[in-house]
Amino acid sequence: MISATGVSFSYGSGDVLDHVDLQVRHGEVLGLVGPNGSGKSTLLRVLYGSLAPHAGRVLVDHADLKDLNAREVAQAVSVVVQETPGDFPLLVSDMVLLGRTPHHSGLGRHNARDEQAAARALERVGMLGRADHGFDRLSGGERQRVLIARALAHEAPHMLLDEPTNHLDIRYQHQVLDLVRGLARTDRHAIAIVLHDLNLAATYCDRLLLLHQGRIVAYGSPSDVLTPENLEPVYQVQVRRLEVDDGVHLVFTPSFSPLPPLSA
Amino acid sequence: MLVPALTTGHRDRHEAPMALDPDPLGRARLRRRRRIWVSVLVAALAAGMVVSVGTGPVMLDAATVAHVVWSRLSGQSPGSLVDSTAAAIVWDLRLPRVVLGSAVGAGLAVCGMALQAMVRNPLADPYLLGISAGASSGAAAMILFGVGVGLGARALPASAFLGALAASMMVFLVAGAGGRVSSMRLLLAGVAIGYALTAVTSLLVFASGSAEGARSVMFWLLGSLTLATWDSLLAIVVMVVVATTGLLTLCGQRLDALAIGDETAQILGVAPGRFRAQLLLVASLCIGVVVASAGSIGFVGLVVPHLARRLVGAAHAWAIPVAALLGAILLMWADLCARMLLQPQELPVGIITAFMGAPFLLYLIRRMPPAH
Repeated sequence: MISATGVSFSYGSGDVLDHVDLQVRHGEVLGLVGPNGSGKSTLLRVLYGSLAPHAGRVLVDHADLKDLNAREVAQAVSVVVQETPGDFPLLVSDMVLLGRTPHHSGLGRHNARDEQAAARALERVGMLGRADHGFDRLSGGERQRVLIARALAHEAPHMLLDEPTNHLDIRYQHQVLDLVRGLARTDRHAIAIVLHDLNLAATYCDRLLLLHQGRIVAYGSPSDVLTPENLEPVYQVQVRRLEVDDGVHLVFTPSFSPLPPLSA
Repeated sequence: MLVPALTTGHRDRHEAPMALDPDPLGRARLRRRRRIWVSVLVAALAAGMVVSVGTGPVMLDAATVAHVVWSRLSGQSPGSLVDSTAAAIVWDLRLPRVVLGSAVGAGLAVCGMALQAMVRNPLADPYLLGISAGASSGAAAMILFGVGVGLGARALPASAFLGALAASMMVFLVAGAGGRVSSMRLLLAGVAIGYALTAVTSLLVFASGSAEGARSVMFWLLGSLTLATWDSLLAIVVMVVVATTGLLTLCGQRLDALAIGDETAQILGVAPGRFRAQLLLVASLCIGVVVASAGSIGFVGLVVPHLARRLVGAAHAWAIPVAALLGAILLMWADLCARMLLQPQELPVGIITAFMGAPFLLYLIRRMPPAH
């Protein structure tokens, strides 16, 4: 379990995060939602020690993050972020084997067991057949799945994902999130995921945390968090909520006056 | 029936437990290809060394070269098979030069590759970034002021190391080293600091008059292997280059992680700031030692990493040793050209590497994305 208590952070002036408390529990997916600049990506970075909180603390299975070195954190927490090797053409298998790095000392190289773990991870995301392809030749959806496979290869009990559905078409969005939910259900992973799309969050997350200007506005089940009362002041749009298939679906209409038509 | 048999075979492969598959990622061919390239390059280096030692104003055949080297290594006198002039040419004149050339080429290549990974920029190179110029300033200052003469043979490489370290730290501070450094800022910072330090070196050499006549301005600017002898400096160069190559090879996965990005390094358990500082220290040591013995030779560190990645892929665990071998081969041949093209005059080897490297740099710049 990852738990944050009283976490605050700022890049300079003004708090980006202001006394945030949360728990990422095993077996469930916690969605971090909020408008641009609400602090959700910063919060994710604090949860894996890339940024150190100015106040409060983050515990990973009862160990304080600040007492762990980068490698110890990577053994406990895997992370999916969007960063691709521009001028360094790595193979898909190279990429996924990098997920085994935390299990080696500084100078270690991967062995047969690492290859097995990497192959299992690729199989899990349906990309084993592409192991010998260049990572830079893959489509957006395939890259995303390979990055998730790299995180799986850590074999860490916690996983954090930063907008893994960005730039994916609808089918891949659902594929990726279905995979993530499966990890929580069958492997009992503790998962936190930053999502822009509130309807995707409603469908795939067990609990949601709604952030606005670094503060928690609401924290609970999707049906408790995704109410017009919570969302309208935060997103500045009108929200209509429909109940579908024992879930919620949101429809947005702009609440500001539309832009005037362009004059000729 | 053919078709059902095929289908069954296919399913067997997928349903077999992973633990039984010796090659679950299908990397056997890749491994074989990498091993073949390493063997081919080792053989090419050895053969090239024999040819290079045999070539000069006095041409010697491979058998003579091999015989002299073998007898010296095994501690016997060359005997009556080879006359003593040939033995002296091989052992005292040409072999130390070929060994130094290989070591210098390998050192520049692996340092260039490490720099390219740590700044995520295919234009990084010890020469273009002014690090070689820093090393020559340090070495020239030591010669002029006699700082650390008590250290004996280690004074020159040690002061070159400090110069290289100071220059690289300056370049990275100016360019803003954290995270993704823009190509433009890094190159301009390197060129500016390189120019300044080259001027410092030239000034020091002129001011010192006859303090150390063997190392001229030309030596520091264009590089040369003419000073190679069997001395402790040569031993230090070889040891440092071998150790650097070994260390960077073992750090291969961490270099891959850093080359993707700081965020990726962090999540894979590699603290990016600390690792980058360690790399800068190792590269500065290697470049300092190389420059102290052979001056500033340009473009090897730029060109060779690209060739190495073409041959065996970008994963550094293989790309580093392959770059070392390619760098050794390239500089050895460049030096042979420098010795032979304008006989009996010798060209500085940096002229040859610049002829090969500058067009390649232009090609890389053309491939860069245009400014927004």
